[in-house]
Amino acid sequence: MHQGRSKAVNEALACGLGFFSIGLGVAELIAPRLFVRAAHARVSENVIRLYGVREIITGVGILMAWNRGPWLWGRVAGDALDIASVRKPAAMAALAGVTALDIAAATAETREENRPPPRLFDYSDRSGFPRPAHEMRGAARAKKERASSPLSPEARISP
Amino acid sequence: MKALCWHGKKDIRCDEVDDPRIEHPRDAIVRVTTCAICGSDLHLFDGFIPGMMRGDILGHEFMGEVVEVGAENKKLKVGDRVVVPFTIICGECEQCRRGNYSVCERTNRNKDMADKVFGHSTAGLFGYTHLTGGYAGGQAEYVRVPYADVGPVKIPDGMPDEQAIFLGDIFPTGWQAAVQCDIQPEDTVAVWGAGPVGQFTLRAAVLLGAKQVIAIDRVPERLSMAQAGGAIPVNFETESVIERLNELTRGKGPDKCIDAVGLEAHVGAKHLDSVYDRAKQALMAESDRPHVLREMIYVCRPAGVLSVPGVYGGLIDKFPIGALMQKGLTLRTGQTHVNRWAQDLLRRIVEDEIDPSFVITHTVTLEDGPEMYKTFRDKEDGCIKVVLKP
Repeated sequence: MHQGRSKAVNEALACGLGFFSIGLGVAELIAPRLFVRAAHARVSENVIRLYGVREIITGVGILMAWNRGPWLWGRVAGDALDIASVRKPAAMAALAGVTALDIAAATAETREENRPPPRLFDYSDRSGFPRPAHEMRGAARAKKERASSPLSPEARISP
Repeated sequence: MKALCWHGKKDIRCDEVDDPRIEHPRDAIVRVTTCAICGSDLHLFDGFIPGMMRGDILGHEFMGEVVEVGAENKKLKVGDRVVVPFTIICGECEQCRRGNYSVCERTNRNKDMADKVFGHSTAGLFGYTHLTGGYAGGQAEYVRVPYADVGPVKIPDGMPDEQAIFLGDIFPTGWQAAVQCDIQPEDTVAVWGAGPVGQFTLRAAVLLGAKQVIAIDRVPERLSMAQAGGAIPVNFETESVIERLNELTRGKGPDKCIDAVGLEAHVGAKHLDSVYDRAKQALMAESDRPHVLREMIYVCRPAGVLSVPGVYGGLIDKFPIGALMQKGLTLRTGQTHVNRWAQDLLRRIVEDEIDPSFVITHTVTLEDGPEMYKTFRDKEDGCIKVVLKP
């Protein structure tokens, strides 16, 4: 896969996880009892609410930070906590699946951050002008002022 | 002959197709010597603009040599070198007589369809969907040029194709985008997108005398080329566009803002509205991603002008009409009236005011075209502008 496309896929995955994290966090804040019952949680409803706050903070961090790596690894750490907090095998399996996605996204992000910068092509000599750009400033201005109105369809730059 | 044909989303092939022939006495057949991939071709490649059919020949930036002329065509003769504007014009309708060539009232063969979608039809375009006439494009060895006694621009002998070809689209597009901003000597002009159209736009702003020109992009090569053309580069991946623009204008905002990006604005977590737009696009609840429009409206100095050469195709959401109205901004848009500007810009090339070939980074054969669509789309290998040699 091209580096550009691969970067786009990684970004989409991280973005998706960010939104998922916020959504899950809001749900945990609003309906902690549901989570306690559904997952046979070992922790109280208040702890689930704290988990919700953690999810929201992590999700916002992933979406807003210039450097997403630490936030994604933060999600992985949170996943470990979540798995340790449930008893039901199905809930554990679901959390394991999300953890796998988080690890994949965090690993890709770290790899991306450590990747040497791509070879830059130097176009600094491609001005298109015969003289330095600052000397070309306004070169067409005098001719433009001869046009009646630049916003009118009749405007012509050339005499 | 060989031609680049659209076969579906992200599927362009170099096919063997029938040669074009004269269909009307005003036609001409042009042997294409150089053609180019335009940023707006990428919207077709990515499947964001409807109205393409399998097998359609792409391409609206091309030039070549006249090899056959219809009986009523008194302007061209065999052997002439011409650049063919991407807008097909009749030269006789009321809009053409007013100089509004891109909204010619006669050249769209599918006028009824366009009337239904846009309210009123615009001009026919080469290689750009059946909504604009379904004309075969110029990424081919030969092309039929309708109304060839009006549109094509003759190129003087000795001028290389690479200097002339962009007269057919991106050079006048950038020029018109700047001219319709009514640039004044004290103006700051911000240009979103430093792709090929953005490069010409910012150079036009420099030539037209803007005090300060700012180029906004995220690709280092594009920003380096923009800086060479006299612009201050702003990388939106590493800095806040709004903060930087306000800093460069002492908190007032740019007087003139130009959207040279269009409907496929970059999707990034730093700009949550772009993620929202992408999600709506995926659900087919929105066709275009207007992040740049929103940002321009927000940051533009009150009473400023917004110019939009970037292509939009359908519907957008969360458009800040309140800020647009309250700030008294002027919004100017439209496909380029190429023939309004072409002779003047040709003269500027001849007089060595500008050499448009600066923008070319890749020259390949027609057969390599499909691969170059991907390279151009992904901005890989330092790619800014691709020309093809059939």
